[in-house]
Amino acid sequence: MISREQVEDFLYHEAALLDSWRLDEWLGLLTEDARYWVPPNESPDADPAATLFIIADDIQRIRARVTRLKDSDAHAEYPHSRTRRMITNVRIVGRAAAELQVVSNFVVYRFRREERVREYVGAYRYTLRQVGGELKIAKRVAVLDALELGTLGSVSFIL
Amino acid sequence: MNGRPMVLNDAAQGRFQVNRAALVDPRVLELEQRRIFDKCWVYVGHESEVKAAGDFKTRTVSGRPLIFCRDSGAAVRVYLNSCRHRGALVCREAEGSARGFMCFYHGWSYDLDGRLDGVPGESAYPPSFDKRDYPLIEPPRTESYRGFVFVNFDAGAAPLAEDLAGAREYIDLVVDQSPSGRMEIIRGVQEYEIKANWKLLVENSFDDYHLLTTHSTWLNYLKNAGVEMKRPQKGHLLPAHGVGKALGNGHAVVDNVNFRGRPVAKWIPVYGEEAKTEISRIREELVARLGEERAARVADTNRNLLVFPNLVLNDGSSVTVRTFYPVAADRMRVRAWALGPVEETPAARAVRLDSFLTFYGPGGFATPDDIEALEMVQAGLATWREQPWSIMSRGMAKEGEQLNTDELHLREFWLRWNALMGEPVEP
Repeated sequence: MISREQVEDFLYHEAALLDSWRLDEWLGLLTEDARYWVPPNESPDADPAATLFIIADDIQRIRARVTRLKDSDAHAEYPHSRTRRMITNVRIVGRAAAELQVVSNFVVYRFRREERVREYVGAYRYTLRQVGGELKIAKRVAVLDALELGTLGSVSFIL
Repeated sequence: MNGRPMVLNDAAQGRFQVNRAALVDPRVLELEQRRIFDKCWVYVGHESEVKAAGDFKTRTVSGRPLIFCRDSGAAVRVYLNSCRHRGALVCREAEGSARGFMCFYHGWSYDLDGRLDGVPGESAYPPSFDKRDYPLIEPPRTESYRGFVFVNFDAGAAPLAEDLAGAREYIDLVVDQSPSGRMEIIRGVQEYEIKANWKLLVENSFDDYHLLTTHSTWLNYLKNAGVEMKRPQKGHLLPAHGVGKALGNGHAVVDNVNFRGRPVAKWIPVYGEEAKTEISRIREELVARLGEERAARVADTNRNLLVFPNLVLNDGSSVTVRTFYPVAADRMRVRAWALGPVEETPAARAVRLDSFLTFYGPGGFATPDDIEALEMVQAGLATWREQPWSIMSRGMAKEGEQLNTDELHLREFWLRWNALMGEPVEP
């Protein structure tokens, strides 16, 4: 049985890849049907088929997002923001067959030149799946606590 | 300001220049509040956002906190969100359904029709005190056009429908997507700030000149997803023909032949094979109802409409309703929603929302780069004393049709802005 410690190691590894912009390696952590969502601030439990999200990517669009972010013409992230992720309060809240439901808190500090730090605070909701003995991300939902994006501006990096 | 005119319009010399003080000087912002936002029809919300008696949204519009709601008879009403007693907000929630509004400070309460119906310890007031004298105040004018509700703080303003002038036709083209003529705001608001003057987003919202360089990663995404991109014709920058039009009273539009897919009703591979049938069905309905010609306009053209001063309807990869306000001379707050026909099937709605997110919004593949562009402009404008002019003369020397990559439509905005602002203030 997968332990919380194993899950934590996995999430810390993911955070390290994202903070160092090793996006291709990060793609390797995802399942072939992975989804990445950032719901609208006021409707964290909504369904993107019926509600306008900030981000609602399927695997094709996640890959396209990475392609875009690696392009120096992705002006919002060139030069790349520096980020530092704090992942805490990790809990396994559900287990079924090969899947785990995991929640954690996060703080992502985002730094850009000549700008005050932006603090993205919230909770991740993960669906992790064991594929060939490895943990993979089938779904990651980043729920922001801020009541609106406001001065956080855009979510142009992978949150 | 720097003692120069705010807008320099010299047709003979082919010069149209905007004084950059208009984008940086806090004194200009102060004047705009009085001469633009207190004088023009300003968008509050869409009727579909409040459905039944008591439904409300609270919004800050033209610097005033407002309650946008349905009264006891389910009529759309707008109230100033401020107690007659000492001025506190009487509604502190973003949205909901209420039986009335109460100020928690001293407990004055108002019914849905705005009447003051409760004053704790009322007997202590002098005999002249009459609750009927203190209803919630409404803006001097509240009017709507095809579901879009506006307020005007100038009681003497021309009626909304008249002021909209040529913009009415373009609002109609959006609303014609719905078989019953009823569109609705879809749940989920994108609300974010940009460190730039609000007028830069006016320009950006229908500036097709910037598409190739600012949004090359988005164009690459479409190409990689199998969307056909034709080489631009001679004299064009973009794959499809488009025009820019002035619609009167500062309203303006770019109107172009779609090349990038539309949920109504132009399929592209990004939508997936399964959406193909649904999109042809939507198109058949349009043709049956509107005839070939108008159906083609609704389905095959993208239109970015500016309703002066700060409402944008982008009918492209999806329909975006976007409004924005100055927070400071160099900062604005944006609110954006998706709009769709009320009849839309769940599958078609999902395609619409998915298509929205590829381009638009703070997590989209294009809007973040627009935000970056506007913030880079604002940063560069710190040189406004040395470089006082922005150049906006594309297409000026041409007779007849103006392209969407020309700047006639931007000039229309600035000319109305300039006329309303009146004489420049000396330094």
